[in-house]
Amino acid sequence: MRALLAATLVTLSSVAALPRAAGQGRGGPAGAGAAAKASAAMDMTGYWVAYVTEDWRFRMVTPRKGDYQAVPMTEQARKTADAWDPAADEASGNQCRAYGAAAIMRVPARFHITWQDDNTLRVDSDSGMQTRLFHFNSPPAPPGERTWQGYSTAQWQRPASLKVATTNMRSGYLRKNGVPYSENAAVTEYFDIAPLPSGGQVLMVTAIVDDPQYLQQPFIVSSQFLKEADGSKWDPTPCSAK
Amino acid sequence: MGSNAVQCKMSRSTIAKLAAVSLCLLACWTAAAQMEITGSWAGRNHEFLTGDGLPVDFTGIPLNEEGRIRALSYSESQLSMIERQCQGWPPFYFVQGPFGLKIWSETDPLKGNVISYTIGAWEDRPPIAVWMDGRPHPSKYAEHTRAGFTTGAWEGNTLVTYTTHIKAGFLRKTGAPSSDQATMTARFYRHGDILTVLAIIEDPIYLAQPFLVSRSFQVSATPLSPIGPPCVSTYEGNTGETAPHYLPEKNPFVDEMTAKYGVPRDAAIGKPETLYPEYRRKISPVAPVR
Repeated sequence: MRALLAATLVTLSSVAALPRAAGQGRGGPAGAGAAAKASAAMDMTGYWVAYVTEDWRFRMVTPRKGDYQAVPMTEQARKTADAWDPAADEASGNQCRAYGAAAIMRVPARFHITWQDDNTLRVDSDSGMQTRLFHFNSPPAPPGERTWQGYSTAQWQRPASLKVATTNMRSGYLRKNGVPYSENAAVTEYFDIAPLPSGGQVLMVTAIVDDPQYLQQPFIVSSQFLKEADGSKWDPTPCSAK
Repeated sequence: MGSNAVQCKMSRSTIAKLAAVSLCLLACWTAAAQMEITGSWAGRNHEFLTGDGLPVDFTGIPLNEEGRIRALSYSESQLSMIERQCQGWPPFYFVQGPFGLKIWSETDPLKGNVISYTIGAWEDRPPIAVWMDGRPHPSKYAEHTRAGFTTGAWEGNTLVTYTTHIKAGFLRKTGAPSSDQATMTARFYRHGDILTVLAIIEDPIYLAQPFLVSRSFQVSATPLSPIGPPCVSTYEGNTGETAPHYLPEKNPFVDEMTAKYGVPRDAAIGKPETLYPEYRRKISPVAPVR
């Protein structure tokens, strides 16, 4: 009977501690305050390479003007895209328009993820040589100059996911052939890591781009990256508009 | 003595009730740690997943040499053969086709646990039953079907499913083949009203590396109704005396992707090295304007 009583008390005490854990289990955010690095829900650090099994012809080669298949563009977006001029972008110093936060994870690239400090996760790309900073325990974007990568706030989602929200971007391209997003666009991303059955790890990034000016509905794509052992294939290459 | 006996009996009864309640609470919490994936999910077709716009489009599929030869021998006229009309709808198609998902569960009426999920049929794709009750996969000699045999388990709040016993068919409707030894591991991630499914397809016969496909769905306010019946073969003029095909080096469509989209032949025919960023150094980055 004592054993039964003890087991019951243990179970009840476990149940009493459940509300917080259950909230996490349903994808709730991790508690604020603790340093993000120390309380990381998963280890994203290392080198990841884009594994282009989807949208190959839109990502690995620059699509021709007018080839906008599957993007829910507004009429205004279509007109803007039809005026795409990569030479003009190069000449005006806007060759990184297709490397902004709303599109960079679709770029065929390698990504190096590191902790810049205890509350900032840093994501560098070799293609386009871009740097994203994911700020944990941070308020929304402070007013400031818009940049290609904007300002990103991050939050662990228990048990093992990362949510990143990005605003304050310069206007850019969802696809390299001029499919536009505006400076008022907002990007929400979810990062998940899965094991590959045959060994190795895959990082999946689900990106949701909201932009009432250029999109009829949120643009949702998911991209896969394979973990690499080291940076031996890291190949920094500047942005190219073509 | 009698009083002690009563006290003891009451205590045992109380403890038993407490134990039952706590176990029930624990069971409820276990379910709460999972995600609700049943319901209607609208497809968000912002990726060109089907890839079946041109006959020889195997871009993004890491075919091995045997898979490539088989793929290039494929003629769409094979669809006139009764035994091959339905090969375009393997279970992978649920993350490749343009349709949404209707998912429901069967639960144990006494214990309340989920016995299985069903991903409803759509057009020619059969329904997929995901067994959650721990049953094993059948013998490798058991029947292979279009839907395959699928088991599932929760890892944290991610549903992970594993499909075997898939009838030989297509990885893509352009004829990239899948063998009856292909398997699919699928992971269902729910983030708010978005459900993203990552499918990892492995095939020791036709793939050099895993083929990864992911797709997102969004909660639908209106119900989606699974429709069917799944693909039903009918006579379409082929008496079965011939199997339409192309001989090696004779596929007339092999360079269409190059001509129309500037995709190099190596990429169009699914060479694995074309799936990595460094391949871009070998090609002209700009597609021709047509």
